[in-house]
Amino acid sequence: MIALLIRELRLALRSGGGAGLGLGFFLIVVMLVPFGVGPNQQTLGLIAPGILWIGALLASLLSLDRLFQTDSEDGTLDILALSPMPLEQLVAVKAFAHWLTTGLPLVIMAPVLGLTLNLPESAYIWLIASLAAGTPALSFIGAAGAAITVGVKRGGLLLSLLVLPLYIPTLIFGAKATSLAADGLDPMPAFTLMAGLTLFTIALTPFAAAKALRTHLT
Amino acid sequence: MSLKLTSLSCLRGGRTIFNDISLEISPGEAVLLRGPNGAGKSTLLRVIAGLIPAANGKITLNDTPFTHRDDFQSQLTYAGHLDAIKPQLTVAENLHFWAQLFNAENLTQTMDDFRLTEIADRPAHACSAGQKRRLGLARIAVTSRPLWLLDEPTVSLDTETTARFSATIDAHCAAGGMAFIATHIDLGLTAPRTFEMQAHKPSDSAPEHDPFLKGDWT
Repeated sequence: MIALLIRELRLALRSGGGAGLGLGFFLIVVMLVPFGVGPNQQTLGLIAPGILWIGALLASLLSLDRLFQTDSEDGTLDILALSPMPLEQLVAVKAFAHWLTTGLPLVIMAPVLGLTLNLPESAYIWLIASLAAGTPALSFIGAAGAAITVGVKRGGLLLSLLVLPLYIPTLIFGAKATSLAADGLDPMPAFTLMAGLTLFTIALTPFAAAKALRTHLT
Repeated sequence: MSLKLTSLSCLRGGRTIFNDISLEISPGEAVLLRGPNGAGKSTLLRVIAGLIPAANGKITLNDTPFTHRDDFQSQLTYAGHLDAIKPQLTVAENLHFWAQLFNAENLTQTMDDFRLTEIADRPAHACSAGQKRRLGLARIAVTSRPLWLLDEPTVSLDTETTARFSATIDAHCAAGGMAFIATHIDLGLTAPRTFEMQAHKPSDSAPEHDPFLKGDWT
């Protein structure tokens, strides 16, 4: 299990287009917003939580389509299926590695970008907390989507169509928790709902993804 | 301890790939699977590995029926046309990963056997086709499982390595293992048996069950 995690991290860091690309994308999308919306600080502060969350969501989507596809193309998936490790565990480890390489850098970078969008001071802690608790759900839901589209050549777009609607609940409550904190209100109700959603996703999606992978293999 | 196929058949997309194959491999035996291109050799090996479902028939390995997927698959190892190698990782990292996943121990010995020690630190994308193949076959050797399913194992190997690999198969069989090898060349094994696929290739496509397509409705 550790071996698989280390391998996944190595692969993500060595092949360009892994960790760095998602982060760069996040940076640019968020930086583009002030150019489109205008430099009015009040407007920017108002939309900052939503923009940061949507940016994080799109950035984590970028590297998802390669999650199982490369393994399927070079025959690794066949051998992994024959290994003593259950496919459910394989999916969970891969999704966790995906979060470590795309979700975690976003969590770390988000406060800096919040500054450029004039995010109110009271919201920073909750921006970090909500992204930290919410982005794992994005990776795990994405893993299920990636497993379903693994047999589709150039399935990246199809994957986005499948997965983005499922991101909506996390987006709603994650952005809500941040904006509640920005308004000086109690963000806990939205935050706990989102955290619960993440736990639910982590518990369930490995099974769905493993089922999809088995169907693809046979 | 033996592999037993009983009237095995396989359908893919409404076409019979092979029909009514019965075969028994006893311990210590290496069986060469021969037949022209498209006879279904690769499909047969994948069916035995559990990567393609059989339409009919039974497979038992050491009295474990193939419906007990995990127990069945934990006794075999499979090498297909693809080497399951990650180009970004070095030769040693690739092999280490598989060894850890399959709980293997005799890693250094295998690296020597397949002359991988001298290229251990080379990234796999810089290896030649033959070197990649050697790495792919080394994975078979480290997993130490009784049944080896090999699909054209000697493609792009030089004569010396082919001889070394044949010796490895012989040693595996001498230790009570089994090998089922699809190949077109003479491997130089000590006592191989040959199984011809040609006879099982049906001349026409599978019987059509749809009355509309068959034309019965007119």
